[in-house]
Amino acid sequence: MADLIIRDLVKTYDKTEVLHGISLDVKDGEFVVFVGPSGCGKSTTLRLIAGLEDTTSGEIEIGGRVVNNLEPKDRDIAMVFQNYAIYPHMTVRKNIGFGLRSSNKSKAEKEKRIEEVAALLDMTPLLNRKPSQLSGGQRQRVAIGRAMVRDPAVFLFDEPLSNLDAQLRTQMRLEIKKLHQRVGSTIVFVTHDQVEAMTMADRIVIMKDGHIQQVGTPQEVYHKPANTFVARFIGAPSMNMLAGQVKDGAVVLAGGNAVPVPVAVPDGKKVLVGVRPEDLHPEGETSLLEGTVSLAEPLGHETLLYVETPSGEVISKADGRTPPGVGARVALHALKENLHLFDAETEQAIT
Amino acid sequence: MDNIAGKKSGLTWAVHLATLLLVLLWLFPTVGLLVSSFRTADQISSSGWWASLFPTERNVVMRAADPDDFRVADDDLFVVSGNLFDEDPTVSVATISVWGTSSREISQYTAGETADLGDGATITVQANGDYEWRGPDGEISGRGQRVFATIEAAPEFTLANYEQVLLSGNSTDSMAKAFFNTLTVTIPATIIPIVVAAFAAYALAWMEFPGRALLIAAVVGLLVVPLQLALIPLLKLHLGIGIGKGYLGVWLAHTGFGLPLAIYLLRNYMVGLPRDIIECAKVDGATDFQIFTKIILPLSFPALASFAIFQFLWTWNDLLVAKVFLIDATGETTVMTNQIVELLGTRGGNWEILATAAFVSIAVPLVVFFAMQRYLVRGLLAGSVK
Repeated sequence: MADLIIRDLVKTYDKTEVLHGISLDVKDGEFVVFVGPSGCGKSTTLRLIAGLEDTTSGEIEIGGRVVNNLEPKDRDIAMVFQNYAIYPHMTVRKNIGFGLRSSNKSKAEKEKRIEEVAALLDMTPLLNRKPSQLSGGQRQRVAIGRAMVRDPAVFLFDEPLSNLDAQLRTQMRLEIKKLHQRVGSTIVFVTHDQVEAMTMADRIVIMKDGHIQQVGTPQEVYHKPANTFVARFIGAPSMNMLAGQVKDGAVVLAGGNAVPVPVAVPDGKKVLVGVRPEDLHPEGETSLLEGTVSLAEPLGHETLLYVETPSGEVISKADGRTPPGVGARVALHALKENLHLFDAETEQAIT
Repeated sequence: MDNIAGKKSGLTWAVHLATLLLVLLWLFPTVGLLVSSFRTADQISSSGWWASLFPTERNVVMRAADPDDFRVADDDLFVVSGNLFDEDPTVSVATISVWGTSSREISQYTAGETADLGDGATITVQANGDYEWRGPDGEISGRGQRVFATIEAAPEFTLANYEQVLLSGNSTDSMAKAFFNTLTVTIPATIIPIVVAAFAAYALAWMEFPGRALLIAAVVGLLVVPLQLALIPLLKLHLGIGIGKGYLGVWLAHTGFGLPLAIYLLRNYMVGLPRDIIECAKVDGATDFQIFTKIILPLSFPALASFAIFQFLWTWNDLLVAKVFLIDATGETTVMTNQIVELLGTRGGNWEILATAAFVSIAVPLVVFFAMQRYLVRGLLAGSVK
């Protein structure tokens, strides 16, 4: 177990730069999730850490050791791949034991270690099966077991759950998190699913186009998004953005409503007011804007309302029992502390 | 897209028909060869192989046993009894339907009836050939009674051809030596190129080095070079460096001629293996050599097997390369293809020997094909990636 430090990591393919200087400190035992849309460079970062690609510039340090020029096998890491990458011709036992082949333990010790890992993953009865006889979730567990068996300093997960069905994904998510609590190893986890990121991470790294957008705990990235991209990316359905202009310490929205904002902003500045659907209700104190319900999506415990307003279509969450019907005219309310203010030009948060 | 709705498209039938046609096209000569190899020269010249599979009806003339030696006294008469077929080695298992005692009326009696030969002599013939020829002293003498019969003979086969070709030790007919010579050529000529090509294919598929693409292009280019171009220069080279004509030379030649296709096939297969698996092995601490032996080779088994079948078949059936690089004036190293060519000269009319020799030479490829064909169609990758 060890820290992982990335400094100014740059990666170019031919002449295209895909990572533009990534820096990150991962503490010992931390569960860090890289999340972002596809093509944002999160998997590339992981492959650079693993040593499957050469870095163009920058440094990667694992446990106080710069590993840039080391082979993957010398970096003291283990990786779980999206496609499981199980060796199809070997039994589960041999698959899990493969990483131990180069270690200088005795045969009995290796067997013991395999049994330990299998027990930890509830796979003891499956040890003598071939991968083709396993279900998707079991295969994924074999892949995790194969990573665990060597007890590496850092675990790397490359979208390991994206091939599983929804139910299994939720279950494996929980299992990985429990595993992390029990084993306490450093984990870097890549996913494009923000729910996975929110539920599993100690810290989330949100990436876009080869840049880190924000690093923070799930609470931080949800409640204090650093820019409009993070604000929109985290949370489902995504945050409503209302264009407006600052006047006398309040933001005047397109509909004419003035919204008081907590921070001091110079007059005349164009801003975006962000408000999450779950913070925007048809009932409440401060009326934000008014509009007509164009579509309602009942989800049981609540109903999503798509409301046409002068600021464009916004999404609001209403009570599940007595929601306003389609065509109803509603006033939408939000608490002041749930409003997020962004600079309309730089798209950065104004705090 | 017709078949999505559960309706078979016309193409399916075309495929079935074409398959059937190909199967028949292949099966007819092969079965014919096999059947012919179990028949005698007389049978081959008198009827086609297809006729030999069913009982045949024909007319024969048989003779009872010589009364001077075999007659037995019974009261005041003499009796000669026995089986007509015992006297005639060309017919072993047959049934007599009708028979007669004169060439003018060969179907005068049915089986089991008794014919009156005059002067108190009679003969009774059963369907299975048993006869009883009975009469006074004067009649049961001289030569044995002639019987004209219409018989239905069961199919009849012999292993004598195989005995002649494999076991007789007759140097002009013997395929045994040539068989082992062919094996001596074929087995190393199959294994060496596979081993070399597997290494090369892994390097070309998964190791990064400058000039890799050019090398692959060169291999593809070599695929279209006809081997006849290289025969004479290569033989000169072999003679020049002292290999001369012999097994080593023919192994090297087959290896060289087989390598481009082997590398091409194996590389294409290996490149299709999931990258994740190889990267995972790298992270798990395997060296390139371990990845090759532990991961790539087992997973490439279908490709290795299919190339092995190809290479085996065409080195087995090869005549040209063996003639150029192997067979010398002593004839000690002759292979089966060459032996058959020689048989065509020395035993050109003996179809039974030629058919047997040909079948001996195709037997092994048939066994190899049927034993290995499942590897041609089986994917070993089931379960590795979703």
